Amino acid sequence: MDVGKDLVAASATPLVLAILAEGDSYGYAIIKRVAELSGGHLQWTDGMLYPVLHRLERQGHVAAKWSPSESGRRRKYYRITKEGRAQLAAHRRQWQVVDGTLRGLWMKACIV
Amino acid sequence: MTTMADRPLEEQIALWRTYVRRRQAVQGPDVEELEGHLRDQLTELTQAGLTGDEAFLVAVRRMGSLDALSREFARAHSERLWKQLVLTPDAAGESAATGLAETLVVLSLAVAAALAIKVPALFGLRLAGGDEAFYLRNASLFVFPLLTVYFVWKRGWGAQRSLWLAVPFAAGAVFANIFPFPKGSNTGMLTALHLPIALWLAVGVAYVRGHWSAEDGRMDFVRFSGELAIYYVLIALGGGVLTGFTMTMFFAIGKNAEWFAQGWLIPCGAMGAVIIASWLVEAKQGVIENMAPVLTRLFTPLFTILLLVFLATMAWTGSPINVKREVLIGFDLLLVLVVGLVLYAASARDPQAPPDFFDALQVLLVISALVVDGVALGAIAARISEFGFTPNRVAALGENLILLVNLTWSAWLYARFLRRRGSFAALERWQIVYLPVYSAWAALVVVVFPPLFGYR
Repeated sequence: MDVGKDLVAASATPLVLAILAEGDSYGYAIIKRVAELSGGHLQWTDGMLYPVLHRLERQGHVAAKWSPSESGRRRKYYRITKEGRAQLAAHRRQWQVVDGTLRGLWMKACIV
Repeated sequence: MTTMADRPLEEQIALWRTYVRRRQAVQGPDVEELEGHLRDQLTELTQAGLTGDEAFLVAVRRMGSLDALSREFARAHSERLWKQLVLTPDAAGESAATGLAETLVVLSLAVAAALAIKVPALFGLRLAGGDEAFYLRNASLFVFPLLTVYFVWKRGWGAQRSLWLAVPFAAGAVFANIFPFPKGSNTGMLTALHLPIALWLAVGVAYVRGHWSAEDGRMDFVRFSGELAIYYVLIALGGGVLTGFTMTMFFAIGKNAEWFAQGWLIPCGAMGAVIIASWLVEAKQGVIENMAPVLTRLFTPLFTILLLVFLATMAWTGSPINVKREVLIGFDLLLVLVVGLVLYAASARDPQAPPDFFDALQVLLVISALVVDGVALGAIAARISEFGFTPNRVAALGENLILLVNLTWSAWLYARFLRRRGSFAALERWQIVYLPVYSAWAALVVVVFPPLFGYR
């Protein structure tokens, strides 16, 4: 089962913020983490992550820094900011509402 | 990194890099970032046992189509899109047909605007014969609705959903004409000056296709407004030359063309030019570099020097500001100018770049403008009771306060940014969020001032 395109797009921002809230990271590692956490059900087109990251950077939700990586090339590392954490909290509340609503409906469906 | 020594693979990566670089929405460091990703992916795939070629195919495929990717990048960085128009494939395909359709729409709207200003003449209101005040009050109403129609069409907005945009224009028409303004009325003149500012917001809503809450769209509208002003001035200069030639050439054969120039050429041209200039800005936004930011860069240092020298002279000689009756207007204009410089500098700046010398200069400009205005306000406040509250003075004072609030907070945000405590995006957001305030105040002046001051 693969998650639909719209849902993937909608969940991209909270996912990225939540992963960065665990610790600083970079593009490739974020994608790996998403695949790992979702058991491969959330399929991102790899390149699409970067516009999302840049948008978040522009909005001040994440901060970025170029640092050398273990391979010798420099790599852009992202860190969540205070605003980003607030944004993540907001996302979390919204998703909980959606989740709670659907859960309620489906629980009822089970009983009937 | 053993696999990276693979020569053919390196060549393939280099080829891929040049393809990505060609996308104008994806710039220098972004390409590097994407390449880093590609290489990480390649390393992992080859470690899993794939050959260089296989790994490259898989990695590129996972990266996604370059078209879709550059579209997403363009969306995330709209200032790049504005500078270097990315023609998305689907837009390129239909561009020839829509190009012709757009030309026709624009020309008919321009002609409609040119004719609209002649319509009141059918009802006996003469442009050059005593009804100038009527025309001044209604000037924006002849052309802004048509400009709005252009954007509604251009952005492919449904006619039904955009119909409510007629409401502000209808309200504007009512308030410009319902009040019994006597001849030479100050409040009538204030309406003429403020109605365009109030209605410009409605044009802006059409420009951003109703998505006023999307910040990028609003910043684009700010850019558009600046470019429009520049194009309009250029067209007006050309129009002036045309008018001059018309007069002198007909004068040479003993005919007086003044009635034509004053009654038709200038008013109709002035209206049509708004539509034409908007169209030019829309069409050329990708072709030429923006002018407004260039002028900003040029004049920010000069105005900073002017203000500093002015302050120094005032402090040195101790000569106070000579508070004449309408001196407040002059300082309002100064603040408008400084806000404009800040706004357009912000519109062209890469929000992620670290603070540089120009940013420090901007802060200096804003702070010196605040000091100058503070001194002027102090002088005026001391004597306001002497002058009494006329409509002009209350309007000017209100505007001064609105601009002062904007600049004070801008200075604060700018200073935070310079000390790396805040982001430039915060300043950009503040400027954008503040835009409707100008229109709201202008609407207030149009609606409330005439009855408040007895239409004088």
